[in-house]
Amino acid sequence: MKPTDIEDPEYFHKVIDCQFACPAHTPVPEYIRLISEKRYTDAYMVNWVSNVFPGVLGRVCDRPCEPACRRGRVEKEPVAICRLKRLCADNRDLGVTARFPAIPHEKNGKRIALIGGGPASLTVARDLMPLGYSIDLYDEQDKGGGFMRSQLPSFRLPEAVLATEVNYILDMGVTTYFNHRVESMRAMLAKGYDALFVGTGAPRGRDLPDLPGRQEGDAWIHVGLNWLAGVIFGHVTSIGKRVLVIGGGNTAMDCCRTARRLGGTDVRVMVRSPRAEMKASPWEIEDALGEDIPIVDNHSPLDFVIEDGRLVGMRFEKMRSGPDAVGRLRTEPTGEEPVFFPCDAVLLAVGQMNAFPWIEADAGIEFDKYGLPVLDPLTLQSSLPQVFFGGDAAFGPRNIITAVAHGHQAAISIDLFCRGESLRNRPAPQVNLAGQQMGVHDWLYHNQVTTTERQAVPMLAKAKSLKDRLLEVELGFDRQVGQAEALRCLNCDVQTVFRADLCIECDACVDVCPESCINFIDNGPEEELRTRLKAPAANPEQSLYVSVPVASGKVMVKDENVCLHCSLCAERCPTSAWEMQKFLYLSAQAGQP
Amino acid sequence: MTFFRPAFRHPELPPNAAGYLRQDYEGGISTLCAGCGHDSICNAIVQACFELALPPHRIVKMSGIGCSSKSPAYFLGKSHGFNSVHGRMPSIATGANMANRDLIYLGVSGDGDTASIGMGQFIHAVRRNLDMLYIVMNNGCYGLTKGQYSATADKGSKGKKGGVNELESIDLCELAIQLGAGFVARSFSGDKQQLVPLIKAGLSHRGMSFIDVISPCVTFNNNPESTKSYHWVREHSEATNTFDLVPFRRPITAEYADETVQEVVLHDNSVIHLHKHRDAPDITDRRQAIDNLEDHKAQGVILTGVLYANPDSADTHDILHTCERPLNSLTEADLCPGSPVLEAINAAHR
Repeated sequence: MKPTDIEDPEYFHKVIDCQFACPAHTPVPEYIRLISEKRYTDAYMVNWVSNVFPGVLGRVCDRPCEPACRRGRVEKEPVAICRLKRLCADNRDLGVTARFPAIPHEKNGKRIALIGGGPASLTVARDLMPLGYSIDLYDEQDKGGGFMRSQLPSFRLPEAVLATEVNYILDMGVTTYFNHRVESMRAMLAKGYDALFVGTGAPRGRDLPDLPGRQEGDAWIHVGLNWLAGVIFGHVTSIGKRVLVIGGGNTAMDCCRTARRLGGTDVRVMVRSPRAEMKASPWEIEDALGEDIPIVDNHSPLDFVIEDGRLVGMRFEKMRSGPDAVGRLRTEPTGEEPVFFPCDAVLLAVGQMNAFPWIEADAGIEFDKYGLPVLDPLTLQSSLPQVFFGGDAAFGPRNIITAVAHGHQAAISIDLFCRGESLRNRPAPQVNLAGQQMGVHDWLYHNQVTTTERQAVPMLAKAKSLKDRLLEVELGFDRQVGQAEALRCLNCDVQTVFRADLCIECDACVDVCPESCINFIDNGPEEELRTRLKAPAANPEQSLYVSVPVASGKVMVKDENVCLHCSLCAERCPTSAWEMQKFLYLSAQAGQP
Repeated sequence: MTFFRPAFRHPELPPNAAGYLRQDYEGGISTLCAGCGHDSICNAIVQACFELALPPHRIVKMSGIGCSSKSPAYFLGKSHGFNSVHGRMPSIATGANMANRDLIYLGVSGDGDTASIGMGQFIHAVRRNLDMLYIVMNNGCYGLTKGQYSATADKGSKGKKGGVNELESIDLCELAIQLGAGFVARSFSGDKQQLVPLIKAGLSHRGMSFIDVISPCVTFNNNPESTKSYHWVREHSEATNTFDLVPFRRPITAEYADETVQEVVLHDNSVIHLHKHRDAPDITDRRQAIDNLEDHKAQGVILTGVLYANPDSADTHDILHTCERPLNSLTEADLCPGSPVLEAINAAHR
C-alpha cells in the first residue's frame, strides 16, 4: 500500500465516524467533550454553527451518526449522540444569541428569494444574512419551519423549541412573506432577485387511489401527511377507536402515535415488508411498540371494506420475503386467504412525493423523468443559473439534517454566484491539528475509556402522555446522566499521528495497544495486508493507516476500525513517534476563503 | 491521566485451543520506562503462553530483583508468582519445582540479577538442569541505579554518559551450554517473530531452557555506540537459523527439502524444525555450538536463534529419582507406608 496521506483532511475526517456520517459534518466529539466539561453553551454553538437547529435535531434527527459511532463496534451500543445534543440545547444560556454573527447594517445590494420556509431555506438565510444579503422568505404557513412545523407531532418536538430556533434566524432581519403561497415561478423570476432558492420540500403524501373502496370510504381514509398537519393546526381533534396505519416509515410511526393520543385505542401499523426491512428508525418503532401499537408485518393492503356506506375494515394479503435468484430481497404473496382487520379509520403513510405545479414548464428549469429538478449535485444549481434547490425539493424526501447540509452548500453557491465567481471554486474545510499531551500521563482530553453502558433516557409516564398530544414524551437527560453518557465518547477526533523517522521499533505501542490495532510488518497490497495483521481487519470501510518504511524496511500499519483513542501508544512511545493530536474539521461555509 | 488500560479488547480476536482469550494471559499495565525492551519480552511471553494454550493457573512465574524482575507484574496476571530476593530466583524455583513437578516454571531475571549477584545460583540451577524456562532480560546495565555497566556489557561498549566498558563481558549462553542446559537460545526484544517461537520451544523443552534476550534500556543504554541498543543489535545480529515449533497436538503440514531441515523432537513430542544452510553447525553438538558463538563474536556479530539443543538431557527429577507426584498430592498412606515397608528397607541394608 502507498503511505497514507494524512495531509489530506478527508483522511482524519473519515476516522471521526460520527462526523463523517453526518451530512452536515457536525464536529460531534468536540461538542460532546464540551458537554463533559459542562460548557453547554459552547457545545450549543458548535452545533448551531454546523447544523443550525440543535434543539430540534437533538429531538428528531434521523441520527446517521449513531449507527456509524465507533463505540457501537467496540461494545453493544453507540453513544447517545442525539440526546447529548438535546442536553446542550436544554442547558444553554439564554444569552447565546449574543454569540451569533453580527448582521451588517449596510447591505451588499444583492437580493435573494427563499421559496419555502423549512430547514434548507432557513439555513441559506442563516449563512447569507451575516454576509450582507437582503433575503425574502416566502411560505404558505403563518410561521417558519416548514415540514418541521407541519408534520412533526408536538409530543416529539414541542412548538416552542422549534419557534425559538427558527426565530434566531428570522430575527437576523429576514423579510418574511408568510401565508403567501408561491403560485408561479415566472412571477418570482420577474421580481428581479439575484438568486432564488427553492426549498419547498416533498409536500405530497402518497395515496392508494386504485385500491377498491378508496372512493366510498374517503370520509374515513386520510393521507397521513395531511392528517398530521391537520392535527398540528387544530383542524383534526379526534379519530375513531380502531385505526389502521398503512406504511412502515417514520411518518407511519408519527401517525400511529398521534392516533393513540386522539382517541385511538386499538391502533395497528400494517407493513407490507418484514419488520427488519421497515424504513422507520429503530428507536421510533420501539416508541410505537411502547405505546401498545402492534406492528403487523408481511401484510399488503388488498381493499377497503365498505358496509352500508361506511368503512368497516380492510383486507390484506399475506406476504413472504426472501432473496431471489440474484440475492435481492423480494416480497411476494404467500397465496393464503386474505385477512380481514376491522377498523374505523385508515391513515395512509406510504411515502411522499415532490410536486412543483407552480413551476411553469417554460420557466427554464429542467426536470427529470421522476419529476425532480436536474441539478448539479455539488452546487445544487438548476438548469436556470440563478435558481438553486435544496432539502427534499432537490433529490426527493430525505431528512432535516440533509436539508441543512444542502442549505450550507446552496448558500456557498449563491454567494459565489452573486460575486461572479466559479461555483466550482468552493471554500476548503477549516482544519486544525493540536497536540494533546501535557505531561507523561497528562492529556488535554479525558483519555480513560469508561465501560459505562448507554444511558436510558427518562420518558413521561405512558398514561399521562397518551392523554395530551402536546406533552413531550422524552424528557431528555439530566446533567448527571448526560455527563456519564458524554464520557462514553471515544474522542475519535483525537488522532494517532505517526512519524516513521522518529520510530526506533521498540514495539512498545504494539504491546500496549488494548485493541491490537498496531503492526510493524512488510508492506503489501491492501487486501493481502489485511490478512497479516495481529487482529482481524475484515472491515474494508475502515482505513488502514500505513506509514513510510521505518529503519528496518517494515511499515507501520494501523487498522483504524476499533482504535479507542486511549493515547497509550503515544504514552508508551519513548521517542514521540506517536502523538495524539486533536483534529478539528469544520465544513466550509459561505463567505469563507 | 492514564495509569490503567481500557477494558475493551478487539472484538474479533478468537480464543486459543483451550478456550482462553489472549486477555487471560495479560498482567497489569507496565510502569517501566516507555520503550523498554522488557515490555516487549513480557508481551512475547503472553503471546507464547496464549499460543501454546497453557492454562494460566498451571504456570509459576518467579523473579529476583531489578527492572526485569518486576516485570512479572505485567504478564500472566492469573498465574502463580514469587518475587524473591536479589539473585535468588533459581533457588526458589528449585524448591518449588522439587515440591510440585507438574507446574510450568518460568523464571525471569536480569543481567545483574543473574550474572552478578545471582551468578552462583544461576550456574548451579543450570548444572542441575532444573526443569524450567529461564529468561534473562539482558540490557547490559543497571537501569534501576542509573545505568552503570553490568557484567554482560560488552568490552568496548560505550554508555550514555560516554565512558567505555573496560571489563570482559560474561556470555551467559556460553556458560549455560558448558554447564549442561538442554536448550539454549539468544534473541532480541525487538524481534517477536523469533522470540515468541523461542519461548514456546523453551516452555515445551524438559530440563533447563535458557533464553538470553537482549533488551535495550531506552533510558540509559540506547545510544548508538552501545552494543545493547536497538540500533546496534538490528545492524549486528545474525540468526543461526529460522525455525518453527510444531506442538505435538498439531499435525505437521509444512514440507521442506531434507538437507535444509533439522528436526529436534522434544520430550512432549513437539518438534522444532530448523531451516539452515547445509554447512551450518549442528546445534545438537555442544562443541560446535560454542565454536559457532565464538566465531560470530570474533566477527562482531551477535548470534541469535536456537544456539544449542539437547532433547535427551536428564532434568533434576530424573537425576535425583524424586517422587513422581507433586508433594501436595501425597496422602498419609503415601508418606507413612507402614512397618512392612520399613522392614523391607531395613532388610535391604542387612
